[in-house]
Amino acid sequence: MRLSGRFGRFGGCFVPEILVPALEQLEAAFLDAQDDPAFVAELGDLLTNYAGRPTPLTQCRNLPGNIYLKREDLLHGGAHKTNQVLAQALLARRMGKTRLIAETGAGQHGVATAIAGALLGFETIIYMGAEDVERQQLNVFRMRLMGATVVPVEGGGRTLKDAINEALRDWSASFDTTHYLLGTAAGPHPFPTMVREFQRVIGREARAQILEQLGRLPDAVVACVGGGSNAIGLFADVLDDDVRLIGVEAAGKGLDGDNHGATLLRGRPGILHGAETYVLQDDDGQIADSWSVSAGLDYPAVGPEHAHLKDSGRADYVGATDAEALAAFKALAEKEGILCAFESAHALAHALKLAEQDPEQVILVGLSGRGDKDVAQAERLLA
Amino acid sequence: MSRYAAMFDQLAARGEGAFGAFLVLGDPDLATSAALLDAVVEGGADMVEVGIPFSDPVADGPVIQAAAQRALAAGVRVADCFALISGFRARHPAIPLGILTYANIVVARGGFIADAAQAGADSLLIADMPTLEAEPFVQRMDQAGIDPVLIAAPNTPDATLASITSLSKGYTYCVSRTGITGTHEGGQFDAGLVERLVRLGAPPPVFGFGISAPEHVRAALDAGAAGVICGSAIVDLAARGGDVVNFVHLLKAATLNDKGRNDSRAE
Repeated sequence: MRLSGRFGRFGGCFVPEILVPALEQLEAAFLDAQDDPAFVAELGDLLTNYAGRPTPLTQCRNLPGNIYLKREDLLHGGAHKTNQVLAQALLARRMGKTRLIAETGAGQHGVATAIAGALLGFETIIYMGAEDVERQQLNVFRMRLMGATVVPVEGGGRTLKDAINEALRDWSASFDTTHYLLGTAAGPHPFPTMVREFQRVIGREARAQILEQLGRLPDAVVACVGGGSNAIGLFADVLDDDVRLIGVEAAGKGLDGDNHGATLLRGRPGILHGAETYVLQDDDGQIADSWSVSAGLDYPAVGPEHAHLKDSGRADYVGATDAEALAAFKALAEKEGILCAFESAHALAHALKLAEQDPEQVILVGLSGRGDKDVAQAERLLA
Repeated sequence: MSRYAAMFDQLAARGEGAFGAFLVLGDPDLATSAALLDAVVEGGADMVEVGIPFSDPVADGPVIQAAAQRALAAGVRVADCFALISGFRARHPAIPLGILTYANIVVARGGFIADAAQAGADSLLIADMPTLEAEPFVQRMDQAGIDPVLIAAPNTPDATLASITSLSKGYTYCVSRTGITGTHEGGQFDAGLVERLVRLGAPPPVFGFGISAPEHVRAALDAGAAGVICGSAIVDLAARGGDVVNFVHLLKAATLNDKGRNDSRAE
């Protein structure tokens, strides 16, 4: 490996030996591509003319406080996922791979991967926990419409963690022809670094947009954290600025019980899915089942750079409960006419708390995805 | 001399390959698991490899996954696994026993490595700890007096095999080209990998994937391996209530050289 793959004590490359050459190949392709004007130009063209970048920065008109939304919900595919999926798919083509595999929870990353597979001509296999297949039928159908094969995973808790396990198993046998298009800034090196770099575009645009609209940087940047890719992309270009960084984890039914996805708040360091990071686990190291109303935050580990940002004190991590997220989802719809994803609603929920404390402060919220996928669930929960 | 070294010496003197039997500890419960450990020894296993169950075993196929799930569902804890190992060590003082588990199980328990050595395990293989992450773990294993076993695959470059040679002891766990346990057509054993390991002076190469029939045992030994480990086939047979003693005996018989096999038939 050419890079260390470490963020302080976190990160690394904890995979079976047989996968190490595939990760080395990926790191080399990633580093070489970044210096290749043809790659940079093709990715830029796709992001602008296919996916719809730059996405707007919207100042809320009617919600309390002074909240700006970075509108990744308006990106093609409906979430920030598309940014890095297009980039990884180009890398896969560069490496001569013909098949993409991916895990998905709510289905947003699966949809983004199906999009890239259809556009660039890959055979595309999406592993999805059987439980998630049942509760996210709309996204399953979207993936299938775009030609992807959705494989329900019956093992374990039948959710995202189990889908990742199954994708890793597939890749152990298939890496010659197959790229594992991991969906977040987690997993073994080089994924956390690579996904951050491909999501950095969110923060770079937001920084320029708020400077243009307001003439200054925000006081706080707030993003939801499941695996943590939209948060790390939004944070990356303001890490060295005097700006508060706040990651919002899923507090589920409450941080004091077992039904949450608050890995950084309630987990402890361990090793899962290739990286040393915070993990929800029991005393023996068996991985706990997480819980969140939003499938995208329902994951018992977290990207290793967030673990480092927490321990170094550069970023703060807080929780928002299912109920708080739902209230924010509803408020955004009623006051601003925007249906956001349940994931993004966690970030907004915390921003609303901050705005209540100090209505003058400027808060930048990562609105990572749109809420179409959650409408049926919202109808039930808000009834 | 370590139990592995003594075993390989004795087998070499007799012209036999090593037969290793793998079981998941606590599958399906502690009492049955202890009995199965004895059964594989009775069947003739030269070495025993035991899995400490992990909730998310990414290097394992459906058979071993299901076994780990059965053990965890039965409430088996890591401390119970060490107790099973201690019991085994007391009943079978000379048989080498190695632990196969995952990194989070090792790091979650302060003193895991020392406890494993104390219980009487001879080696520790961490399935999701490749050579490039191994060094700090290897140091702790060396201090505790337990052999670090590392994995070599056909796609592992020579530079990594050289690191395996300098870091590991006991044996070298060789895998076949396809990545997870229990999903293999038998008989795909890479003689080139064995040759590279032998040339570098690595610990004896043992094939850990793709062994479910006597002809697979022969093919692995013909590829130059010092031994084989059979996992999924034994675990599956045990789960279906089959005759584990007889099955191990059948596979062990395939490790005898031609002279040995003829002698065995003559008995």
